Amino acid sequence: MKLRSVMVGIVPVIALIIMWESIARLNLLPGYIFPSFSAVMEEFYHLAVSGVLFENLLSSLFRVLAGFLFGSVAGIVVGIEMGCKEIVNRALHPIFSLLYPIPALGWAPLLMIWVGINDMLPIILIFLCSFFPVLYNTITGIKGVDGNVIKAAKTLGASDGEVLTTVILPLAVPNIFTGLRLEAGMAWRVVVAAEMVAIPMGIGALMMKSESLLRVDVIIVCLMVLSLMCFSFDRFFQYIEKRLTDGWR
Amino acid sequence: MPDIELKKIKNYALRDLNVKVPNGELLVILGPNGSGKTTLLNVIAGLTDYEGTVLFDGSPVDGVPTNERRIGYLFQNLALFPHLDVASNVGYSIRLKRKKTGKIAREVDELLELMKIEHIRHTYPKNLSGGEKQRVALARVFASSPEVLLLDEPFNSLDIGMCRCLREEIRQIQRELGVTTIFVTHDLTDAKEMGDRFVILNSGKVREVSSKETLSNGGDENRSHGFQDCPHCTVECYCKMKDTSGKDD
Repeated sequence: MKLRSVMVGIVPVIALIIMWESIARLNLLPGYIFPSFSAVMEEFYHLAVSGVLFENLLSSLFRVLAGFLFGSVAGIVVGIEMGCKEIVNRALHPIFSLLYPIPALGWAPLLMIWVGINDMLPIILIFLCSFFPVLYNTITGIKGVDGNVIKAAKTLGASDGEVLTTVILPLAVPNIFTGLRLEAGMAWRVVVAAEMVAIPMGIGALMMKSESLLRVDVIIVCLMVLSLMCFSFDRFFQYIEKRLTDGWR
Repeated sequence: MPDIELKKIKNYALRDLNVKVPNGELLVILGPNGSGKTTLLNVIAGLTDYEGTVLFDGSPVDGVPTNERRIGYLFQNLALFPHLDVASNVGYSIRLKRKKTGKIAREVDELLELMKIEHIRHTYPKNLSGGEKQRVALARVFASSPEVLLLDEPFNSLDIGMCRCLREEIRQIQRELGVTTIFVTHDLTDAKEMGDRFVILNSGKVREVSSKETLSNGGDENRSHGFQDCPHCTVECYCKMKDTSGKDD
């Protein structure tokens, strides 16, 4: 049964690759415009062995992790405060409601002036795009906890801090992880965009350089790496969430 | 175990309420829906705002937070922690006391055995039947070694057989421990089986205080209103009957 479900997911991917390879080999378009799958894989190998891919990936990964870490920690901390204390919620809600709709990349020109064109630019952009989904999902998770369960914990002797750590946060985990998974995908999109615009190193920058050299195979390799990274991040958080909520959800 | 006294309790649901529960007594609060029964329990537990004074053994506890009132509260919807299995639910209050792991396990085992739920110790609340949930909630309440026990319509969702069984068990444990108990219900059968004394509450005010004899026998006046013969008699019938008899007078 498990093998069958795995096959159901893999067969379409294999079919797509075969179709891609076949179309490319028909030579309807020049190879430098539409390279075959095997040519892309060959380039992938070259980029990996030469270290170019790894170097650029590491730069992007560092920015994503830094921005993501700061953004999610800040989102969770502020979300807890806003979810637990109505006064904080009422005070901060208007500001965040005004800032949230601004696309993260919309901050780029301002940040270029304020922090310059360096590693901090994509990190701050990722921070901005990470912060809000985690913030709002944390608030939703906390506010969604059954009030009777909180009362029960109090009558059983739990202080406010113990209620938060032993009841509210564990029950808000599914919502918090929804936010983390959302922002993980967003973080990669933002880092690539920022690198394309302003940063000389990273997957986005490599794509821009490849574009100017008409290296479609390299661009496709970069897209594959991005897809793999987004997929890995999503699966990682899915796994952690499952470990934390297995059994009771 | 403390005496409980409520003096001139006033809030959105209660109106100048005065009730006294002597040490070790099981007082039944009867009243129709919306009469303020649950609010009364929440006042004693410190879970809602009120004016007036709540005294435990003559000392006011109005400023004492819920987690320090040594209350055992069995909520109407039981409020089991969905993210904890049965053993962890039962051991929640014991863990808060920072006892050693071995001691926690021993105390939990004893309670699971007492409530006959050892076989479901690793089960999560979502997979429990109504009766099992009830037993888990009771075990969890007793685990906190309460000095005051508050029971809010705990048999609502149970079938008659399970209800009778649990009534007897609770009554037996309550007598053994000598815990001062307030039992809220709108079911006269539950009330008569459980109570030492009865307070009839309606529209946030005490309408009547009865002993077992006056409530059960009810005199000719009660009998003439069919109170004794009604097989599914609820307190709504009783209050209605009292209203009618009041008009007759």
